[in-house]
Amino acid sequence: MSDSTRATDAGPAQDPGSTGDPDLLALRNLRVTIAGRPILKGLDLTVRAGRITALVGESGSGKSMTALATIGLAPASAQVTGSARLRGEELLGRSPQQMRRTRAGGLGMIFQEPGQSLSPVMKVSAVFRDVLGVRENIRSRPRAAQRTRDLLASVGLPDPDRTASSYPHELSGGELQRVVIALALSGDPALLIADEPTTALDVTVQRGVLDLLTRIVRERGIGVLLITHDMGVVGEIADDVVVLQGGEVRETGTVQQVLGAPTAPYTQTLLSAVPRLLPSLERASARSSAEQKDGASTRGDDDTAARGDDDAATQGESDPSRGTAASEPPVVRVEGLSVRYDRRGGSHLALDDVGFEIGRGQIHGLVGESGSGKSTWGKALVGLVPAQARVLELDGTDPRSLSPAARRGVYARAGLVFQDPASSLNPRRTVGWSISEPLHLAGGVGRADVDRRVHHALEQVRLPASYTQRLPHELSGGQRQRVSIARALILQPSLLIADEPTSALDVTVQAHVIEVLREAIEEARFACVFISHDLAVVGSLADHVTVLRRGRAVEQGTVHQVLGSPRHEYTRALLESVPDPSRRLREGQRPACESVGRPEATMRG
Amino acid sequence: MIPALQRAARSVVVLLMVMTLTFAIFYLAPIDPALQMCGKPCSPEDLEAARGFMGFDQPWFAQLGTFLVAIFTGRTFGSAEVAVQCAAPCLGYSFQLHQSVTELIGDRFPVTFSIALGAVALQALFGIAAGALAARRQGGILDRTVTGVSVVAASAPAFVVGLLAVVVFALQLDLLPSGGYEPFIESPLQWARHLVLPWITLAFLNGAVYARLVRSSMIEQLGLDYARTARAAGLPERRIDRYALRNLALPLTTLIALDIGALLGGTVITERIFGLPGLGALLLDATSTADLPVIVGTTLVGSLLIVLANLCADLARPLLDRRLAATGRRTTTLSDHGTGEPDPSDSDPSGPDPTSSTHSIPRPSRTTQETSP
Repeated sequence: MSDSTRATDAGPAQDPGSTGDPDLLALRNLRVTIAGRPILKGLDLTVRAGRITALVGESGSGKSMTALATIGLAPASAQVTGSARLRGEELLGRSPQQMRRTRAGGLGMIFQEPGQSLSPVMKVSAVFRDVLGVRENIRSRPRAAQRTRDLLASVGLPDPDRTASSYPHELSGGELQRVVIALALSGDPALLIADEPTTALDVTVQRGVLDLLTRIVRERGIGVLLITHDMGVVGEIADDVVVLQGGEVRETGTVQQVLGAPTAPYTQTLLSAVPRLLPSLERASARSSAEQKDGASTRGDDDTAARGDDDAATQGESDPSRGTAASEPPVVRVEGLSVRYDRRGGSHLALDDVGFEIGRGQIHGLVGESGSGKSTWGKALVGLVPAQARVLELDGTDPRSLSPAARRGVYARAGLVFQDPASSLNPRRTVGWSISEPLHLAGGVGRADVDRRVHHALEQVRLPASYTQRLPHELSGGQRQRVSIARALILQPSLLIADEPTSALDVTVQAHVIEVLREAIEEARFACVFISHDLAVVGSLADHVTVLRRGRAVEQGTVHQVLGSPRHEYTRALLESVPDPSRRLREGQRPACESVGRPEATMRG
Repeated sequence: MIPALQRAARSVVVLLMVMTLTFAIFYLAPIDPALQMCGKPCSPEDLEAARGFMGFDQPWFAQLGTFLVAIFTGRTFGSAEVAVQCAAPCLGYSFQLHQSVTELIGDRFPVTFSIALGAVALQALFGIAAGALAARRQGGILDRTVTGVSVVAASAPAFVVGLLAVVVFALQLDLLPSGGYEPFIESPLQWARHLVLPWITLAFLNGAVYARLVRSSMIEQLGLDYARTARAAGLPERRIDRYALRNLALPLTTLIALDIGALLGGTVITERIFGLPGLGALLLDATSTADLPVIVGTTLVGSLLIVLANLCADLARPLLDRRLAATGRRTTTLSDHGTGEPDPSDSDPSGPDPTSSTHSIPRPSRTTQETSP
């Protein structure tokens, strides 16, 4: 265990509201070994009633295994030793049947992917009926329906009856996560374990779910073990923090201690990797003032509601002494791009009149929640979805006016990077093969030339040339994503469309990939559309931003304008939803549970 | 519903194509039914008369047209005192058996129907049960037994399994009759006794496919997030098995429907081994005597049954998986509430595409054992 671990046994600072409860969940020297490989190397962790303990770490740190080992669902091949006590009773060493009853009686568990947490062919009410039968011994249908309604209402679902009679695919991600939380709250558990409960959700939805968790803790006085990689989430709702790296605890303490004055170097790394709006805005403002000389080429779309032509005009025309960039035509020029999907009973406008320009070496951030049409915009640009536009130019040519063969040539000028590097690389082909594939498709490139360009592309993403012989599974997530970027860059595109390239990555890895991308753009001076739901990431990287909502651009402008002084309420809502590790510390707000006395009655004993 | 109509229309097109193809084979085959009927010695005048009588003097498209019309209106071969009547759903006339093909098929169909229904019920029941048990005890003795047996069953030829069953159960143990058929209305018990061995034979051969499909899909389903959520909520494993099976309803229904269609078309070898006078036996006899009208008729009926079974399975799909109900294709419902408005191109909250690997059956590579060609 790291020497920087502190206050392991002391637990959180003296809690004025404490009535001397024993620890709700106490993990002591918990070790998990799978096939001789240690996953957890002696974890100490305490969850107290009415408090949220966050277990923070990157993927592979063993944080999910901690949850599974605690509730007795670790894989059969895992050896679990140490001690895990729930209200003083040892959980390890119980039979599967006993553990099942324990889970049914006093544990609630929430997993990451709400969309897949419920059987797709069953109505919500049917799942609740089964679960209530086990967890609350409710056998009669009307009583189960009544209890389901109460539970769904208690997690803030506005229309419990409609939700209960829905299939999972008929609900949104946020609704589903609330349903899963309601499911976990059945049987009045004393402990809730939430494994990355908001990672798959949009920021505004995440905000709602985090508020709900805080409220549940406050009202019911239950303890929550919150597993997350996101220091922002930790800062927003946690009371106590345990930082985990490679199966070892690096730091333990209250949220004020760990986030306010981290002692372990790893904690500091984690914190500094969180993309933050404020510093990135400062950087952006520095950049945009430099840009005034460089000359910005992005114009607000004519029809964009909030940010009118005045900005575009001032920005574009006020500075007559434009640099080199101004004389170059924009790489991408799009006006009035619309995409319509046909559906049963009418059609759906996925994109409504969204356009902008991107100059060489510029990064345009496309921000929005899922369903906002941001991915569609990128796809429409390169002809992957049929679209309509008044103006659509790539490198000065309109691909729509060309023959199919010539059109392919134009589209080859755009490189694409997708979200999940694990599934966008052929698992049976070497990295070198994957990177060089576009060259082979383009044809007419000699073998030596291919090797040279593959090596150059790898160099651009800061990977050694020896990686050409590796297979994707031998790489880490960040390395795989860098390979994807290298593949997109091999044809020396004038435009890179990066669709959520870092969303599947850990924060520290994300920071690195973004740095690599930034350097590649500075070096090769291609234009970049950076599509993301994460305002902070966009703020730290992009020059210009378009905020999309339901297919419409609600705000457009330089990153400084849009994120620094947002005009549209939706942009403001997005900005306010971004989790910030230090917001509560700054505001001097105390953790949620301390503001309200813990009602003892809700604890089931 | 428009998609249902589209599917039905597509089925009709498929049937027309099958019909044309079988008819082409009929026409191109180096066999002249008129020659068979003409008698010996066969003078050119007699042959020509026979051709005219059977309608073979027409060009092929005219013959196809007559054939199609006859299905709806019936047909009369020859004229005056030697006329042969073929009533309304006329699928041709066997001049060798002196019966219309429709009647022949009608006589044989109850036998084939009995075989098919029992076999499908048995193979689905045992196949699914074996697969589910094997999945639950993955890597255990039961799993290895099921996997091993299913490999043997899937690759064993029908005549070996059928003959073994006759030797063991009929000849050695003398438990069951070795062959023959008793109509259900005459004696349900004898009907069942005569059919048990063919049922077991077919179920053994085809059930292996169910076992393997269910085993691998169950293992996949039991590892999915929803199974983990159910487990974490404290549901017993048996309940979670049921969740998994419900998710398999879609591919299993498709498989069962196709098997029903295929078996109803006749099981050639099994019927021959057990001496059952079904469609398969009829087809086999017709092939050996080159009775072309019968071959064309049974082939047509067989493909009609397969197409119908397919159509039923297709129409049942949206009922089994509501994600398929909203549109025929990949589905995300446009929900205006909340903020997560699903978009076909953005991240999809409805989970995996219902038409993706989970539900796709390795069907094309599989040939149902023991069906008519």
